Amino acid sequence: MPAELPPLFPEAASTIAPRVDALYEFLVGVTAFFSLLIAGLIVFYAVKYRRRSPDEVGARIAGGLVLEIAWTLIPLAIVLVIFVWGARVFFAIARPPAETLNVYVVGKQWMWKFQHLNGLREINELHVPVGRAVKLIMTSEDVIHDVFVPAFRVKADVLPGRYTHLWFQATKAGRYHVFCAEYCGTKHSGMIGQVVALDPADYQVWLASGRAEGSLASEGGKLFQDLACHTCHRPDVQGRGPMLEGLFGRTVRLQEGTLQVVDEAYLRESILNPNAKITAGFQPVMPAYQGLVSEDGLLSLIEYVKSLGDANRTPLAQPESGGPAPGEATPARPPGGAR
Amino acid sequence: MSENPVVVPSRHYLNDQVGVASWLLTRDHKRIALLYLVGVTFFFFIGGAFAVTIRLELATPAGDLLSDDTYNKMFTMHGVMMVFFFLIPAIPGVLGNFFIPLMIGAQDVAFPRLNLLSWYLFMIGAALATYAVVSGGLDTGWTFYTPFSTSSSTSAVVPAALGIFINGFSSILTGLNFIVTIHRLRAPGLTWFRLPLFVWSHYATSLIMVLGTPVLAITIVLVAAERLFGFGIFDPARGGDPVLFQHLFWFYSHPAVYIMVLPAMGVISELVAAFCRKPIFGYTFVAFASLAIAVLGFLVWGHHMFVAGQSVYAAMVFSSLSFLVAIPSAIKVFNWTATMYKGSISWETPMLYAIGFIGLFTIGGLTGLFLAALGVDVHVTDTYFIVAHFHYIMVGGTIMAYLGGLHYWWPKISGRTYNELLAKVSAAVIFFGFNLTFFPQFVVGYLGMPRRYHAYPPEFQVLNVLSSAGASLLGIGYLVPMAYLAWSLRYGRHVGPNPWGAVGLEWTTTSPPPTSNFNQTPIVTWDAYEYPARIEGHVA
Amino acid sequence: MSPESTAGVPRAHVLAHHFESLEAQQQAATLGMWIFLVTEVLFFGGALAAYAVYRGWYPEAFAAASHELDIVLGTTNTAILITSSLTMALAVHAAQLGARTKLLALLGATALLGAAFLGIKIVEYAHKFTEGHVPGPGFMFAAEHVAHAQVFFSMYFVLTGLHALHMVVGLGVLAWMMVWAWNGRITREYASPVEISGLYWHFVDIVWIFLFPLLYLIGRHPGA
Repeated sequence: MPAELPPLFPEAASTIAPRVDALYEFLVGVTAFFSLLIAGLIVFYAVKYRRRSPDEVGARIAGGLVLEIAWTLIPLAIVLVIFVWGARVFFAIARPPAETLNVYVVGKQWMWKFQHLNGLREINELHVPVGRAVKLIMTSEDVIHDVFVPAFRVKADVLPGRYTHLWFQATKAGRYHVFCAEYCGTKHSGMIGQVVALDPADYQVWLASGRAEGSLASEGGKLFQDLACHTCHRPDVQGRGPMLEGLFGRTVRLQEGTLQVVDEAYLRESILNPNAKITAGFQPVMPAYQGLVSEDGLLSLIEYVKSLGDANRTPLAQPESGGPAPGEATPARPPGGAR
Repeated sequence: MSENPVVVPSRHYLNDQVGVASWLLTRDHKRIALLYLVGVTFFFFIGGAFAVTIRLELATPAGDLLSDDTYNKMFTMHGVMMVFFFLIPAIPGVLGNFFIPLMIGAQDVAFPRLNLLSWYLFMIGAALATYAVVSGGLDTGWTFYTPFSTSSSTSAVVPAALGIFINGFSSILTGLNFIVTIHRLRAPGLTWFRLPLFVWSHYATSLIMVLGTPVLAITIVLVAAERLFGFGIFDPARGGDPVLFQHLFWFYSHPAVYIMVLPAMGVISELVAAFCRKPIFGYTFVAFASLAIAVLGFLVWGHHMFVAGQSVYAAMVFSSLSFLVAIPSAIKVFNWTATMYKGSISWETPMLYAIGFIGLFTIGGLTGLFLAALGVDVHVTDTYFIVAHFHYIMVGGTIMAYLGGLHYWWPKISGRTYNELLAKVSAAVIFFGFNLTFFPQFVVGYLGMPRRYHAYPPEFQVLNVLSSAGASLLGIGYLVPMAYLAWSLRYGRHVGPNPWGAVGLEWTTTSPPPTSNFNQTPIVTWDAYEYPARIEGHVA
Repeated sequence: MSPESTAGVPRAHVLAHHFESLEAQQQAATLGMWIFLVTEVLFFGGALAAYAVYRGWYPEAFAAASHELDIVLGTTNTAILITSSLTMALAVHAAQLGARTKLLALLGATALLGAAFLGIKIVEYAHKFTEGHVPGPGFMFAAEHVAHAQVFFSMYFVLTGLHALHMVVGLGVLAWMMVWAWNGRITREYASPVEISGLYWHFVDIVWIFLFPLLYLIGRHPGA
């Protein structure tokens, strides 16, 4: 039985934590002020105006417009301040910086699988470096879960069939709780673990110490061959399927005319249910891999496609120039095999 | 104190007709109110029993009292019983049913048989939910999130959902009844702005009941269709979206919390006016605030989903609207407080509950601002901070108002009075026990303890022990009024028509009232809380 | 009991004790029915919101699935229901005139048309079963759209199933009105039960008017 009093705040171990705490303290102040004000007035009036004889009545006061306006507008101003402040903190929480160290997370009843890009896997424990922005790209294999790290003041639901993300930058080395914070069944309260923040040097040591068979991307490359993706998605010539080099992050045109950004979600959908959103100029011949690839496999394939170059780093033909944009139907080079 | 002897009416609504059939087939809104009283009290104690097991388990960090599945069923069923079979029906079903016709000078509600049907639907729905409880229990949380509730849970989801569905119709018909009653059955001269604020609050509540509950009903149908027939409406593998469930669910369930609190606010208006013996300050503002809460309450459901994957822009919209909905509640709190200025304030039990409500609702409501603030909500959502917030409003708010109203109107309902000392002590025990139970939960929530956790890290134990200690006090506090109110039915002192010296049509008729409420339809030419210069001839 | 009561004299046994006049009672009943219909709008509205979200995400799958519905039967049903609203409106008019025989005939015609609607629906559902278009483990559809067509059919069955349930209730209400028309309880002064039933029937018709294009006519062009 712990003998000392519990603290009022969890440790503040991320860049955003002090900002959240500052807003929280302001809110505590506002709450305390108004609660004490109302309580004080009530007690004061109750004593001062207590009934002195059984047939006494109160004064006939119907109301006062000035007061009504005052206690409408002043609270309105206060909540406006809180709204703006809260929104600004929220934007910082919701928008990761451009450069992040990515870790893939798969939640399932009732454990967390963390996959580092170098191929290292962790279960219920996540090692991260202090002082670098880390982005978690997360999905669930079954029901809705949630990653919550109180010390970092961040939380995000983890959904099946979709990718969600969460980012943080740890400021202090240490071990911090990570909880599942969306009820998910029997062992919901057992779906917990630790984020281990290490100083950069220690983190490099840790990275090197693990026995990884290869990076996540190279694993994806192997799966790419095993599943015969390479027969249609060829790197050298246009095959039956779009070329994947430099594709990640690019905007392509779909068959129905709409534009689509090639992100993790689109890649996942294109593997599981390829005919939902077909790139313009291609036939619906790709088999659906629903049920044939696990969530882990999907993540490794996505990382492999990312490793083939993304839109920022290896640009091919520019859409605005004379050359064909990826996905546009081009009379000069018909999709292989069809004609 | 006047010494007029109390004239006890020989015939009144309680003894006009006797026999079980005369109760179970009654069309008298007052008897139906008592049928609701029996029902909601019973289900309150069932829900309370689940709360006891929760707090017992949480006194220690390890999950050592119950298995995890059992614990998950305990908190689920605590929520289901309390929300659907106590908090939503209690004040409208008991106090609304009894007093709206009396307050407007009518003989009954617009559709008395529909009113009885509402009670039967409530009881049938509750019975089905109870069947779900005893046939294995429900473990989805009262919020039923998909895909857990549709594809993962092996508990009695469909019977429970069906029970809630049927209970929803009870709510819809009650709301419909109240709206038509208030529109059509007001006594001559009783214009809208002469209505007691209790009536305004119930009118606003009825609007929500009628507009919101059907969306819960269709949501339940979709979940049941997925469980029973395998329709993949929320199944991501088949193109369904589990987050769509959350939108549909919260579209009702957020306004539902206003169904729980608006009637309570209506009670408080009556109590403050009566025990200060003056009009509620800013009557018109309070009346419109009720309507504003009802309307704005439909626009904020997304604040339950700030971390659920919705867009940042949607979050901004819901956050700003959530701040707006706090303003009318603040207006009410200020107006009640201002009413006390230069009042003639007496400290009987109902007023204690009213003051307790104002204090605790203020705290609970202000902690709502923490949740509307996006940056803080990310940290505290799905933690005990949320649990503390809603218990401050629903227990510190609604239940205290319910008890206050019950004590205030008990003499009218029963013709008898209760032991004032015991009542005051119980109110104090409840107030103290409540704060000890739930205040530590704000702290442990910010520290990071998630909700719906069967076991927790040891550093959260001290705060949990405080909370469990408070819960045992709270439980005792709730049991004692049961005892003395029941005792008073037989042994309590008889009272006259107006024991409190209050103003309102219900106080012009006998205690208990005759079946037809009034011997003659009143003609109203006065405002809602127009106190005479002195109270003459009332018997305390 | 003559079906035509003396004008202006409400019959005591239909006036409830808590209303001051039959007119007040009838106005309250009408207001009550309108409020009930608002709740029904919200009920179907929730399902239509879900439908709208999914159709927005999967327009082609929805169009492909919609093409599998029998447009002839759907159109026939629409015509039947619109006609039934006509007979219902005429029934209300007959009630207000105190024309008992016409009232009975028109109520009967409405009920018959409603039953025909349900009969055709049963035929359509049977087709869906044999074609494997019922969502669940046995669902079959062209590979291109199989994932999302199932969502369409889930919404199809939920929407038309709930609508059919409301039709069944409507047939019950019509039967009830026919009994009251038969034994003379409906008179010129007390026609409001038929009026209120008419409101309900028209509402159920209007729901179908929404469902028909949303379910049967996605992406269809004349001659296609």
